[in-house]
Amino acid sequence: MAEPRRRQILDVLAEGERSVTGLVESLGLVQPLVSKHLRVLREVGLVDVRDEGRQRMYRLNGRPLKPIYDWVKTYEHTWSRRFERLDAVLNELKEREQGNGSDE
Amino acid sequence: MAVTSSNRAVVTLPTDTQILITREFDAPKHLVYKAWTTPELIKRWWSGDRGEVTSAEVDLRVGGRWRYVMTANGGFEVAFHGEYLEIVPNDRIVLTEVFEGFPEAGAVDTLTLTEKDGRTTLAILVQHETKEHRDAHINSGMEDGMQEAMAALEHVAQSLR
Repeated sequence: MAEPRRRQILDVLAEGERSVTGLVESLGLVQPLVSKHLRVLREVGLVDVRDEGRQRMYRLNGRPLKPIYDWVKTYEHTWSRRFERLDAVLNELKEREQGNGSDE
Repeated sequence: MAVTSSNRAVVTLPTDTQILITREFDAPKHLVYKAWTTPELIKRWWSGDRGEVTSAEVDLRVGGRWRYVMTANGGFEVAFHGEYLEIVPNDRIVLTEVFEGFPEAGAVDTLTLTEKDGRTTLAILVQHETKEHRDAHINSGMEDGMQEAMAALEHVAQSLR
């Protein structure tokens, strides 16, 4: 499942909407391969498609990423609280060091 | 002089098996190192707002072991332990980290301290052995296939700012 080309496709789509032709050019992969990966990405809901004239335009859908984004935010929050308490300890250590050079 | 810090921790996922946490502190690096390696100081900050650290053991030498026990706010106890692999005082610590509730998924953490103009940037790189363990660290409830999108996360995070 760790497919680096699907990741590359997501990276390109993160910059903006692309046609299959545009993706083929950006990635330097053959079109059947790009189409195959796009199908998988559409199945898991990470890529949306719309018709524009005769072209099919693909774009990144951020919604399925929201849980990951939320997790990272939660994890960041945990560390932020931890580091705020560390700030208080560091301020005290700094004051002690400045107030008394021989402290130890 | 009042020292305020609006710095928040920044978490990124550089590869499939890594987590990177960075934060700047308004203190020289030898004090950050001291607060990180002295048991009575660790007890004061390590639990954050999630509970109280009831025990912090630190045998600060290569091959020495560490173990922290926290009583979480819900009353249950969680413990972490590991071994120091590399110690460069005030600059760098490499250690193993095992959550005792999921001992198979150990990680190797590299702490790096970089000082500039009296301020210190701390970087913690958490390296898991497998993507599965890193993902378990992240969230066991993620849907299949979603992990592939990790690389795109930072683009999305940027667009949400």
